[in-house]
Amino acid sequence: MDATSGIPVERTLKPYLIGIVLALILTAIPFGIVAFGAMERQTALIVIAVFAVIQILVHLHFFLHIDFRSTPRENLIALAFACVLIFIMVGGSLWIMFDLYHRMMV
Amino acid sequence: MYVMVALVMLMRGFIDAAMMRSQQAIAYNNEGYLPPGHFDQIFSSHGTIMIFFMAMPFLSGLINLIMPQQIGSRDVAFPFMNSISLWLTTAGAGLVLISLVIGKFSTAGWTGYPPYSGSQYTPGVGVDYWLWAVLISGIGSTMSGINFLVTIVKCRAPGMTMFRLPLFTWTVFVTSILMIFAFPALTVACGALMLDRTLGFHFFTNEAGGNMMNYINLFWLWGHPEVYILILPAFGVFSEVVAVFSQKRLFGYISLVLATMAIGILSFTVWLHRFFTMGSSARVNSFFGTMTTIIAVPTGVKVFDWLLTMYRGRIIFKPPMLYTLGFLVTFVIGGLSGVLLALPPIDYLMHNTTFLIAHFHNMIIPGVLFGYLAGYMFWFPKAFGFKLNEWWGAASFWCWIIGFYLAFMPLYVLGLLGMPRRMEHYEIAAWQPHLIVAAIGAFIIFLGIVCLGVQLAVSIRDRNKALDLTGDPWNGRSLEWATSSPAAPYNFAVVPQVQSIDAWWDMKARGVAYQRPAEYEDIAIPKNTFIGAVIGGAGFVFGFAMVWYIWWLAILCLAVIFVAIVIRASDDDTDYVMPASEVKKIEDARFAQLAKAPKNEMADDPGFAGQPMPEPST
Amino acid sequence: MTAAADAMTVTPQDAQKYEEKEFGFWLYLMSDAIIFACLFATYLVMVGNAAGGPTGKDVFSLERAAAETALLLFSSTTFGVAAVALSQADRPKVLLWLAVTFALGAGFIVLEFGEFAGMIAEGAGPDRSGFLSAFFTLVGTHGLHVSVGLLWILVMMGQVLFKGLTAPVASRVMRLGLFWHFLDIIWVVIFSVVYLPGLL
Repeated sequence: MDATSGIPVERTLKPYLIGIVLALILTAIPFGIVAFGAMERQTALIVIAVFAVIQILVHLHFFLHIDFRSTPRENLIALAFACVLIFIMVGGSLWIMFDLYHRMMV
Repeated sequence: MYVMVALVMLMRGFIDAAMMRSQQAIAYNNEGYLPPGHFDQIFSSHGTIMIFFMAMPFLSGLINLIMPQQIGSRDVAFPFMNSISLWLTTAGAGLVLISLVIGKFSTAGWTGYPPYSGSQYTPGVGVDYWLWAVLISGIGSTMSGINFLVTIVKCRAPGMTMFRLPLFTWTVFVTSILMIFAFPALTVACGALMLDRTLGFHFFTNEAGGNMMNYINLFWLWGHPEVYILILPAFGVFSEVVAVFSQKRLFGYISLVLATMAIGILSFTVWLHRFFTMGSSARVNSFFGTMTTIIAVPTGVKVFDWLLTMYRGRIIFKPPMLYTLGFLVTFVIGGLSGVLLALPPIDYLMHNTTFLIAHFHNMIIPGVLFGYLAGYMFWFPKAFGFKLNEWWGAASFWCWIIGFYLAFMPLYVLGLLGMPRRMEHYEIAAWQPHLIVAAIGAFIIFLGIVCLGVQLAVSIRDRNKALDLTGDPWNGRSLEWATSSPAAPYNFAVVPQVQSIDAWWDMKARGVAYQRPAEYEDIAIPKNTFIGAVIGGAGFVFGFAMVWYIWWLAILCLAVIFVAIVIRASDDDTDYVMPASEVKKIEDARFAQLAKAPKNEMADDPGFAGQPMPEPST
Repeated sequence: MTAAADAMTVTPQDAQKYEEKEFGFWLYLMSDAIIFACLFATYLVMVGNAAGGPTGKDVFSLERAAAETALLLFSSTTFGVAAVALSQADRPKVLLWLAVTFALGAGFIVLEFGEFAGMIAEGAGPDRSGFLSAFFTLVGTHGLHVSVGLLWILVMMGQVLFKGLTAPVASRVMRLGLFWHFLDIIWVVIFSVVYLPGLL
């Protein structure tokens, strides 16, 4: 944040151009795997997941300009906390619901 | 305004309780006076009102009034969004109230489990009223959480580091985090149920691939953090009250802060304990049972901290302290019953019996309600400039605590005797004596509520004899006592410079408590606007329209809300500037009043309110 | 600085105010992330509940998902171009690139609307099965957010047009940017969890 203008300063297009190139690659490969049936299902799912996580980081850094230097600390902490909670809530829910499915066919 | 909503809804929610107690007391082998459908609406509205429209507004009101002052701020971060939150909460309360008159309310309990709450088994408007009331007020609560968190993180006075915050503000900090991150789960659970009912979706239906356990999972993902949202501000109140009325510094500040943070994060890891009995494996149950037992520990730490604050203090038994003492004794019993229920094998026996009812009322009444009543009486002078009558306050306490024990201890016994919850009538003779005692307890609680009403009326009548002229009637420790009572629209004419924990106490000890500046600054204050009320009103009509499937009206309301938001979002001129001269006038009046103040009967320390009018510092 | 850039200069108190708004909006996005997380969890729980009706393989189209992805991804970039133009106080450029972003986003919504309408027409609507309810709600909630974003872009274009690039307007545009990029992140998860696995 610029102290004089009070609004975030974006000076160049560079991050956006790098970002979109990376994002396109990280999108094309998973789509390609599905289009050409290149791997068996389990492996494909893992690749898709990994590429999604990497692409999210690309978006966070190159489009949202999140880094450890200029992003306010409270924003980073909020993001980290949200990630922890998402892990607990989604992970916990899936554990519970699939456990119930195995036991109760629910 | 929030507290007014809360107190009104307390009466409505209590009437529900009284009706249930009296029904159950007489309904041995007879139908009682309440037909089952009516009884079901009553227990549903009782829970819904008490949690969403009594406790949530009560805590929002106290936080709104006190937290900004405690951190030395002039206002919350987003005053306009604050008004939206208030009016959306009121809209939800309005939907519950209007269901009494137009249509009927839900019979699916305050939790609304499908498939019973789905359109196949409960068609009609009741559940829809419940859903929209909860969804609309839930948006308000999420916004409040954001508002309070930004205020605490960004609007603290210079020198007010996080580890100098008063404990009430710390609990508000964690509560806000819970509000922001838990309410989305409720939105999804109730939103999905609403889609099932309104548009024929199959999230939770019996057929076509619905999964009702997912509702329960999502609902309690919200539901457990929710009870910590309710209790943490009350714990904060107790921390403030116990220090001021033991006339001693709060014991174990860091442990209290860490315990609060631990409760916050752990509250997201225990939710399955609400449905141990619904088919999960031993591994899942024991994980959540273990986490539930662990979460009792930080609260235990807090109880010891409060007790150690009292130890070797000089205790003053004013009503807020009475409520605190009642809490300490009684809440622990509820905590113990909670630890019992945390063990899945025991919960299998106790789930959905009146043992559970006794447990959670044993947490909510001595914990949440006593905390907010203590806060109400503690901070009333700050809000209105005069003190509440203490005799009636003490009377209300004794009625509430005696009434509580009589109303709920029998329910523990009944649960062990096997009585399920929500029973409209029964055939087991052994239960009736306990239910009669419980009904008597409810009556005594009623007397407690009457005492609260009389207290308010008498206090207003006698207000000129109990004026709080200094703004610091209890010789307090935190910054809200530095402002006048009531506080000026800007709270602080000069933003305080904080140098220690118990910032106000420290300022009094250093002799800088009532310094007059040489000159004042202009202060920006939000302009009044009715747009928040418009949005709330449109929200209410929207909910009503959705309940009755009046689609054109619903769309119109959404349009009104959208237009109101755009108008507000295009307004760059939302503050007016109070000129320094007007600030000076207000402050001069305040210092003149300070000079008249009598010696504070609680004070035996130097630097408190009541010394001669300070000289302007030039 | 140019006169136009001067319009965006603020006092330290106002800078504080904009920081608060930005942090508050970030927290709202975090709460939105939790909503989507719950919707994703629900989808994963119900993905197998097709109740004898259409499954993902029957109704998803890789080409359309790719087109929707491309539109949204490019719209994120064009919004970035608008943000850079904003920092250079270049009003016509801001309006142009906001308009391009709007067009790309509108294209996304048109495609998605067509997808939904088509599915409903062939009996694969949200009232057919739990799987489809979860699909329509998850992807539909994202689409609803994008639609609100489109309205917001229009409002901001109006504000830029009538008020110019003042500090409050600039602050709002930046928050819209946070929103827009956030929605692109959600879409990455959507195609990774819904469309690609569904078509495998």
